[in-house]
Amino acid sequence: MSAEKLTMAAAINTALRDAMRADDSVLVFGEDVGPLGGVFRVTEGLTDSFGAARCFDTPLAESGILGMAIGLAMNGMHPVVEMQFDAFAYPAFEQITSHLAKMRNRTRGALHLPVVVRVPYAGGIGGVEHHCDSSESYYAHTPGLTVLAPATSADAYGLLRAAIEYPDPVIFLEPKKRYFASEEADIREPVAPIGTAELRRAGRDATLITYGPSVPVALAAAEQAAAEGRELGVLDLRSLVPLDEQTIAEAVRASGRAVVIAETPGFASVAAELAALIGERCFHHLEAPVRRVTGFDIPYPPPKLERHHLPSIDRILDAVDELQWEHA
Amino acid sequence: MTEIVRLLDTDGTVLEHERYALPEPERLLELYRGLVLGRRFNEQANSLVRQGRLAVYPSSRGQEACQIGAAAALRGGDWLFPTYRDTVAVVQRGVPPVEALTLLTGDWHCGYDPLAHRIAPQATPLATQLPHAVGVGHAARLRGEDTVVLALCGDGATSEGDFHEALNFAAVFTSPVVFLVQNNKYAISVPLSRQTAAESLADKGIGYGMPAVLVDGNDPAAVTAVLDEAVARAASGAGPTLVEADTYRLEAHTNADDAGRYRSELEVAEWTERDPLPRLRAYLRGTGLLGAARETELEEAAEEFASLVRQGVSAMAAPRPGALFAEVYGTPTQRLATQAALLDTELRAGAGTR
Repeated sequence: MSAEKLTMAAAINTALRDAMRADDSVLVFGEDVGPLGGVFRVTEGLTDSFGAARCFDTPLAESGILGMAIGLAMNGMHPVVEMQFDAFAYPAFEQITSHLAKMRNRTRGALHLPVVVRVPYAGGIGGVEHHCDSSESYYAHTPGLTVLAPATSADAYGLLRAAIEYPDPVIFLEPKKRYFASEEADIREPVAPIGTAELRRAGRDATLITYGPSVPVALAAAEQAAAEGRELGVLDLRSLVPLDEQTIAEAVRASGRAVVIAETPGFASVAAELAALIGERCFHHLEAPVRRVTGFDIPYPPPKLERHHLPSIDRILDAVDELQWEHA
Repeated sequence: MTEIVRLLDTDGTVLEHERYALPEPERLLELYRGLVLGRRFNEQANSLVRQGRLAVYPSSRGQEACQIGAAAALRGGDWLFPTYRDTVAVVQRGVPPVEALTLLTGDWHCGYDPLAHRIAPQATPLATQLPHAVGVGHAARLRGEDTVVLALCGDGATSEGDFHEALNFAAVFTSPVVFLVQNNKYAISVPLSRQTAAESLADKGIGYGMPAVLVDGNDPAAVTAVLDEAVARAASGAGPTLVEADTYRLEAHTNADDAGRYRSELEVAEWTERDPLPRLRAYLRGTGLLGAARETELEEAAEEFASLVRQGVSAMAAPRPGALFAEVYGTPTQRLATQAALLDTELRAGAGTR
């Protein structure tokens, strides 16, 4: 099969379908994921195809969903659960951080939990309050979790298949803004494994480092910069934990300048970690301090104001402009 | 108000019950043996704390009927989900005592293989293990197995959201789970009256659409009979049961707690009168099932058991610092490998001594 137009929602649906077909122990459950097919229709048709024992609705209780997933995984199943929205996953926080993340460690490796937690996250969809949080930093900060943040339909398919086959729990962050964006993707082509970043665009002058919903914004910014005579590379992290530190360091050392881009409030975030990491590993190769373009440190703004909060092409290019080019 | 199930009075007199029969004599003798060893284990673990060999021990003294009854009600392939206060049940279920005490010695893991024993790691947070129990039961049910999961918690845990979510999920999914609430009257210092306005915790069953039983938790015969029935019901596919055991924590919450600050000696004395051990002993002596020779034999077995626990804990090797990195992930990340190497270098240089 060659490349075809595919939305991320369709890519994830296909990944779930293929995983369920390949392995009877894969179960999909959560709120409204059954006959409705999920509020984003990501699980559409799965109950029809595989039956209500394999794809089912649960009572509306996120801690219960996560806790049940942990028990199912303890007893031989491969649960893939959906947290309906980023901020609605918070009731499950204790189950995720104290149990899902720690079971392997608490049992000296006797119990490992192959659970995938799908979290539709981040903004840009005009959602009302509590529907658009960038919650990745909470998960990335928790030892024991693997945190994936695909930006493309091909990665959404490939990384989700890899996540379902992974022996340890994976937080799978799905950028809602990208669900229905159609793009060329060949899902039969294998993708790079968990823990690897990919250079989406080469550029010798500076490197934009980002993930998830900000990748297309960074690519657009690089496109515009090219028109203005500046070559910006775009590194898509794909995997926040494990983090591909080697590829990050190589890219930044090659260009000498870096801007980290993420929707999340910047303070104590994945973006902050990236800036610190680059400082530690690339200091002598840097022509300018690492800049961060992130969301403001505010509760996620309402639909009428969110455009002011999200990293924009202009804000990215302004940050690039400040990378001390007078020394170039 | 739910009526309490009691088969043996505090003096060992048999009370007729229309629904529950007294377990068979051999079973009662087995239960008694468990009680004697369990009591001795609780005492020994307390001593080990005083000697500095255990960091802490939440004792189940006074609650041994629930501990032994829970272990007795389960069949070979069934699962137990214990809390930190349920070490006696874990040991009675077959985990070597030294393994069961590993975490409390100050080590980093639960000490035993949960899969091999079908016993979840003892839960330290409250009620979080209950949704796991539902998941384990649901997996078995999906595969057509008749596995039953017995999940333990205390009265304080019934205030947690996970208690509600687990019972609700279990009922909705008809999961083969028996929830045994050991109502020992205190959550550290806070009395039951501050946890609930319900007349009994068993009354909560009706809200979940599941049968609930209130049992005298200090009556080993009644606890076992009630759990037997609940396990059989779950195994038959009929779904979960809530069992509230009316019992009492004779010790403080842990050795670090001072129970004198929140309860009276008189109250403790009253509950000591309802101790499960003398109750079953009185019955067994009265019926001639327990003679002097058997009692002496049991006492010796308990002492031997305590001695094994003592020796085992004393002989435990100190945990290796490098092990802290080994099981965070199946494959350690590069960051963890780097950090493990750093700690190793420090240790080789003699660090950690100041």
